[in-house]
Amino acid sequence: MGGDAEPGEGGGLRNLALRDRHESAGARFAPFAGWDMPLQYAGTVREHEAVRRRVGVFDVSHLGRAWLRGRRAASLLRSVTTFDTTTLAVGKAHYSLYCNEAGGIDDDVFVYHLPGERWLVVHNAANAAQDFERLRSVVDDADEVTGDTVMLAVQGPEAVKLLARVLDESIAALEPRCCIELDWSGAPVLFARTGYTGEDGGECITDADRAGVLWDALVAAGAAPAGLGARDTLRLEAALPLHGNDIDATTHPYEAGLGFAVSLDDEAPFTGREALTEAQAQPRRRRLCHLAARERGVPRAGQAVCRPGGEAVTQLTSGGFSPTLGLGIAMAYLPAELASPGVRLEVDVRGRALPVEVVRRPFYRKERNP
Amino acid sequence: MITDSGVPDGLRYTASHEWLRRDGASPVEATIGITDFAQDQLGDVVYVELPAPGARLSAGEVCGEIESTKTVAELYAPVDGELTAVNDELNDAPELVNASPYGDGWLLRVRIADDADLGGLLDADAYRAHLQDS
Repeated sequence: MGGDAEPGEGGGLRNLALRDRHESAGARFAPFAGWDMPLQYAGTVREHEAVRRRVGVFDVSHLGRAWLRGRRAASLLRSVTTFDTTTLAVGKAHYSLYCNEAGGIDDDVFVYHLPGERWLVVHNAANAAQDFERLRSVVDDADEVTGDTVMLAVQGPEAVKLLARVLDESIAALEPRCCIELDWSGAPVLFARTGYTGEDGGECITDADRAGVLWDALVAAGAAPAGLGARDTLRLEAALPLHGNDIDATTHPYEAGLGFAVSLDDEAPFTGREALTEAQAQPRRRRLCHLAARERGVPRAGQAVCRPGGEAVTQLTSGGFSPTLGLGIAMAYLPAELASPGVRLEVDVRGRALPVEVVRRPFYRKERNP
Repeated sequence: MITDSGVPDGLRYTASHEWLRRDGASPVEATIGITDFAQDQLGDVVYVELPAPGARLSAGEVCGEIESTKTVAELYAPVDGELTAVNDELNDAPELVNASPYGDGWLLRVRIADDADLGGLLDADAYRAHLQDS
């Protein structure tokens, strides 16, 4: 199949390079950010449980991927991202943000530092085009490889063991948020101990024309194919924000609980620095909070959050059913006076008041490795 | 023998993908659920909101909600009648709607109103044709 960067048939959707694998695995597809993506295979709850209990594999090739090269790459990247990339050691990856001048979050990204002054940046699919333009505005040597490569996320308590067996033994000793380049039967694989599920595991990027064999090997070794439905329920349980829902150009990192992705200690200028410096010093007017339903019901993004029996204070930015906890969970920006664990509120679920309580994040935390 | 998939003969259907089974012993009593097609489209059912027994149902009107991991669907009453029971098993096991849409995943029991018009319901062949067209 190769890098399928051409628009797919009908609707102008792009197809994944491994579409035939997904069809063979029984995927049901749905459009997402311009891509025709596997929504589910065996069913969202089964896939969710496979990732929480064993191991699952997601094709996340829709995520934008761009390489930067050269001696100045780190400092140029620093000028557009909130995290100080010049402090990121070779072989390390870190979460970062692209902010606007007002300190709002244009996208959240992952930055990887590879040997030989090479940097990889992974963008959200919906923002990939603007993100790449942002990189190109400061770095001449930027190379977009989204269509030429495939990115597979292998996640779950058994993921590292499986990856060590299938890919390379060295993975077993790799620390979280570290990355290495491997030769896998002649194919280059960039592997990082990262993910978006709240589980252990990692993500592999390889050439599109070799990726089918890697997918087959991962599935044969026991990784359950998992779709966007499970990716969303897993990330929500882990309280990981989704750009476009929980964070966007109107929200700043501190109120979203993402201060760890912002470096202000250095003197280097970057887009949004002034606004973020001010925001950090101010008391938070609102915070992204985590809500757990106290009765049966499923809160959904966009539904109003109200004081008990009273007026609406905000809207949910994300919401859904947590298969692990067996209850509805949601996120919303609450004014400071309501943003404390234990505060009781209601969500307007199509006219029915669903009682919810502010809880500590995350909703779900994986057990520590023995 | 209850089949859990496809479009079983002997049931009546709505275009909005509910089924109705009249009791052999007491045809004024009937059981209501959603079809295999409906549960498959919905995906994993995680919560079912139903009215309390005693409620009056009006054909074609909303009488419940079915929440899946990805979406919510309204349940429409296939007939006029009085709700006599709901499937309490679904409180703890909503996934029965997926696993056994025509059996353990039933939703409501109704006493069909004396003057109820069942003529608008589809038989299995007509519902199969409806699925082909949609």
